[in-house]
Amino acid sequence: MKLTGLAGWLWLKRIGLAGVGVIVVLVPQLFSTFTASAIGLQTLVLGIAAASLIFLNAVVGMVSLAQTALYGIAGYTVAKLAVEQGVDPWVAALIAVLITVVVALLFGALASRSEGIYFLMITLASAVIAYYFFSQVSAFGSHEGINGVAPPALLGKPFVDPTGMYYTALICSLLLYGLIVYVRRTPFGYALQGVRDEPVRMRTLGFNVPMLRMAAFGFGALIASIAGVLLVWYNSNVSPGAIDLTRTIDLLTIAVIGGLGRIEGAWIGALLFTIVQTYSPQYTDRFETLIGLTFLAVVLASPGGLAGIAIGLDRWVRRRLGEGLERHGPGQGRADAG
Amino acid sequence: MSLRRLQAELSHRLAGALALLVLFFSIAWVLIRALGLFGGTGNLPQFIVVTLNGITLAGLYFIVASGFTLIFGLMRVVNMAHGSLYLLGGYLAFRLVQQQALNYWLALVLAAIAIGVVGLLMQQIFLRWNQGQDLRQALITIALSVVLADQMIPLFGAEAVTTTPPSGLGGSIGLGISGVRYPTFRLVVLGLALLIGFGLWFGIKNTRFGMIIRAGVDDRAMTSALGINVQLVFAVTFFIGALLAGLGGVLGGTMIALAPGQDASFLLSSLVVVIVGGMGSLAGAVIGALALGLVDQLSGVYLPTGYTNFSILLTFALLVFVLAVRPTGLFGRR
Repeated sequence: MKLTGLAGWLWLKRIGLAGVGVIVVLVPQLFSTFTASAIGLQTLVLGIAAASLIFLNAVVGMVSLAQTALYGIAGYTVAKLAVEQGVDPWVAALIAVLITVVVALLFGALASRSEGIYFLMITLASAVIAYYFFSQVSAFGSHEGINGVAPPALLGKPFVDPTGMYYTALICSLLLYGLIVYVRRTPFGYALQGVRDEPVRMRTLGFNVPMLRMAAFGFGALIASIAGVLLVWYNSNVSPGAIDLTRTIDLLTIAVIGGLGRIEGAWIGALLFTIVQTYSPQYTDRFETLIGLTFLAVVLASPGGLAGIAIGLDRWVRRRLGEGLERHGPGQGRADAG
Repeated sequence: MSLRRLQAELSHRLAGALALLVLFFSIAWVLIRALGLFGGTGNLPQFIVVTLNGITLAGLYFIVASGFTLIFGLMRVVNMAHGSLYLLGGYLAFRLVQQQALNYWLALVLAAIAIGVVGLLMQQIFLRWNQGQDLRQALITIALSVVLADQMIPLFGAEAVTTTPPSGLGGSIGLGISGVRYPTFRLVVLGLALLIGFGLWFGIKNTRFGMIIRAGVDDRAMTSALGINVQLVFAVTFFIGALLAGLGGVLGGTMIALAPGQDASFLLSSLVVVIVGGMGSLAGAVIGALALGLVDQLSGVYLPTGYTNFSILLTFALLVFVLAVRPTGLFGRR
């Protein structure tokens, strides 16, 4: 019965995960309107945005800081179409996603010829330029942005009753998570991972590396644009403040705290970030300092982020519990042979 | 030669030709509008002032970006806190000049050295032990920039402030062409930029330390193996790079203004300058700064009426064109 320790741990994990799952599904019923909206809903939306960043890093090895700019493009498109043209929100959302992906593919065609830290610098420069663009051009409302964006009637008013919006964001999160996991296992996904690990070898094997990078960037933009649409519906407005450098770094912080290597980390990081963001003003005025220090601590101590720590802990416990088993196993075998 | 390579070669050539064409067209457009060729009403004094604005701004960009590119060239560290160091340097000098009534040039030197020390501490504490992990180092400097930016707001306020220029340089001087007068201090900044540029070029080309830096840029491991204390070289380089950011901040705080958000805008300008010019190249930084400064200023005036607030897109276009023709920047090496 040496197995009990390990099996117990596995069961504990399963029960824990199921418990988390139940809580996540029942957030609108269990918590107050404020908590469900400010914490639950925001976590899901920011999680999707961070997932696009983590996908690009974990699967293709590209750290893109342009994800806020991309969700800004989607957000501005949906806001402009809905408010000024009176387009149906769902149609506007679809158009916004399409436009964002096209823009990302065009930009990706150029930027994806650069690698690593160069790519990071180019995407950062573009993100800051996108911020200046939206804050200067009066067609997009300059500094004020575009206000009064109503989400589809089906979703209700997120601030009065977040239920409809929450489940929409939850379904989007689950679908996108599933999609990322699926894409990872397709030949396309394996090719991307090949590009991440051995770009030169992939090129030699006849793969079109820039094309693969460009496609991956487009896929990342698809995820980011959905976050952008949801964010605009949630805030009922979009302004340059939603895509400035601080926001770009916030998103990076979420991804790093959650874990740059694991897709799940996106939502874990987003939850922690949202909780700190919502409750820290009671204790300190300097929220950004707190976030910056957390960010610094994670980068210095555990580059894998919280998801990395959780996985490390799981491995450690399993090794501790499993070790007894292993030592027991071969020992027995030897005894039998003797 | 395979069809695919031919295709790639052709599209590359085409992009280059297109970029040249756009460059030519832009210059022609600006000149036609400025000089009033083909029947338009020109405005030569305005053209001179705007061009000078562009060139002096380029001088400031160069001072800041040369520190950025120096650090990157040698250590492959992308110092995302470079803009924060710029702003902090500006604020320090502002305090020294406005509140301690210190001599401007003394304040300039003190603030620049202080920022050099801040940069040195940053490198020694946070970056020295994870050499070679470029992404992690970039993330660390991003985190530091967040903390610095947020701490500067309560320390120095959120309002835009300007440092008073040294006495005698606050006015403007006549240029002798159609009665144009131009702010003296901006010309001083340009002069200092030239001096710094020449100093860096001379230092890198002719001194022993410069030789070590060049060797380090080419092959770090080999330089170290030859018995050179690379860690010391790194520390000194980081000190100089940060010092240049601080110096730029002092000058920028006098020439333009200091406000929260300037850190982001100068980080952006440093990034664009080195992406356009090529990472780690001093000559590239000169060209990149000139391109950015001129595009910045000229586009605000010479874009067709009604489109002037799209001028930031031209900065982006500059970036895109250079990347299309040379992904490693104009003077960059693989």
